[in-house]
Amino acid sequence: MSTVSRRGVLGATLTGLALAPQRGQADETTPASPSGTQAPSSPARSAEALDIVLQVNGSAVPLTVEPRTTLLDALREQAQLTGTKKGCDHGSCGACTVHLDGRRVVSCLTLAVRAQGKAITTIEGLAVNGTLHPVQAAFAEQDGFQCGYCTPGQIMSAVALIDEGHTGSDAEIREWMSGNICRCGAYPNIVAAIRGSVQEG
Amino acid sequence: MQAFTLTTPDGLESATAAAAQGGRYIGGGTDLLQLAKNDVETPDRLIDLEPLPLTEITATDDALRLGAMARMSDVAAHPAVVARWPVISQSLLASASPQVRNMGTIGGNLLQRTRCGYFRDTGFACNKRAPGSGCPAIQGENRMLAILGTSDHCIASHPSDLAVALIILDASVELRATDGTTRTLPLSDLHRLPGDTPHVETTLAPGELITAVSVPASRAAMRSHYLKVRDRASFEFALVSAAVAVDAGAGTVHDIRVAAGGVGAKPWRLPEVEEALRGRPLTPKALADAAALAGQGAKPASQNGFKQVLLRRAVLRALQTATA
Repeated sequence: MSTVSRRGVLGATLTGLALAPQRGQADETTPASPSGTQAPSSPARSAEALDIVLQVNGSAVPLTVEPRTTLLDALREQAQLTGTKKGCDHGSCGACTVHLDGRRVVSCLTLAVRAQGKAITTIEGLAVNGTLHPVQAAFAEQDGFQCGYCTPGQIMSAVALIDEGHTGSDAEIREWMSGNICRCGAYPNIVAAIRGSVQEG
Repeated sequence: MQAFTLTTPDGLESATAAAAQGGRYIGGGTDLLQLAKNDVETPDRLIDLEPLPLTEITATDDALRLGAMARMSDVAAHPAVVARWPVISQSLLASASPQVRNMGTIGGNLLQRTRCGYFRDTGFACNKRAPGSGCPAIQGENRMLAILGTSDHCIASHPSDLAVALIILDASVELRATDGTTRTLPLSDLHRLPGDTPHVETTLAPGELITAVSVPASRAAMRSHYLKVRDRASFEFALVSAAVAVDAGAGTVHDIRVAAGGVGAKPWRLPEVEEALRGRPLTPKALADAAALAGQGAKPASQNGFKQVLLRRAVLRALQTATA
């Protein structure tokens, strides 16, 4: 029996729907104004297409984006790197955390065009030759998740936190993980996973 | 988010010259892109400040100078800032999240816009976003909003922690206009009270750019502290915050500066507390009596009267910590 990935199934299912969103794109530039308090006064703006190359997990990835395209959307919708998750899309939840030149940032508030020339690391870039990064292994070992949606962001933040040296105590780990929200409440095991990977490292 | 173009200037001169044709500067983008996603801000052009040489952090015997594009995290961790201007580092570490602090800039932090929920939701009227449309916050959800410096047109609170720390240190902003002229403005003159024009938030000219923040060195700055009280332990805006800097050699208060966040329409200095302590012996009773004066002229709304009490207590705790 061949391996069927969830991503593959979803991708195949969505292909059949691809025509609808494309027809809707003209509407996207003229957003509805629910109350009329701030009706857009200018006509629909045409979106500019920019050819860019991003350095993602050590590979050059050529993409065509708009100036307004976030790094999060470029990674998920165009580079097909769906490990990085979209939660709030406003920088409040941390699910979209990636590293830019080794520093953790929220990709939902990063414009893709401004990430050119920087080394981008996503959750897909942590494992080496199929071997999990020690922090990934520690999350599995300590059961540091329930539904798993926030987990890629939690792990990217945890890897950065350890590099930054904010592991002096559980309280310090909690403070420096405050940019990553887990609705399931897996926090105790997330802290245990980070503490565990520091002790083993 | 509406479409925009992104202009990438090759230097300071071309950046401010570009702004003469309109557009909006983008620093870290952490506030601007949130606002753009909600159609609260709809810039048709952004001018990218990332390529500009504005990230330097310089500490001399006399002053600290922070480039406007210095990242919050880099300033917070800078050894000289930690040692000689601790209130700046503490206010930054109490702000946002580690990820956002890696992105957010010093200039952008000062110009971030209010967290008032009505301002950030285009489904509501808001005098700050749509002048003349009204202020539903006055009769509505106002628990988080300001009690000082408000008007009948707007009761939004200013969200920056850094600005509260900087105003007690007599910081200045260095500015560059679209025609290239430069000037230096006391930070206390940067933000405006809402009055009947709450949409006009600063005294900057159109296209004028903050290039740096400068902070004089002082004995008081070395003994400074930031306390932030909020609804959750971290990654939350202030209900009330207090910044204190004090020079109290030999038990007498020679120099004292106090300001508060979360309570004002702009970063709010508390001269009434300072005057009660300046030149006086430093005693527990003197601190308590001075803190009890904090917030003179406050006009609470229906849900935020608790901030008057919380302000006095936060100021007292910050005074006690700074002088301990």
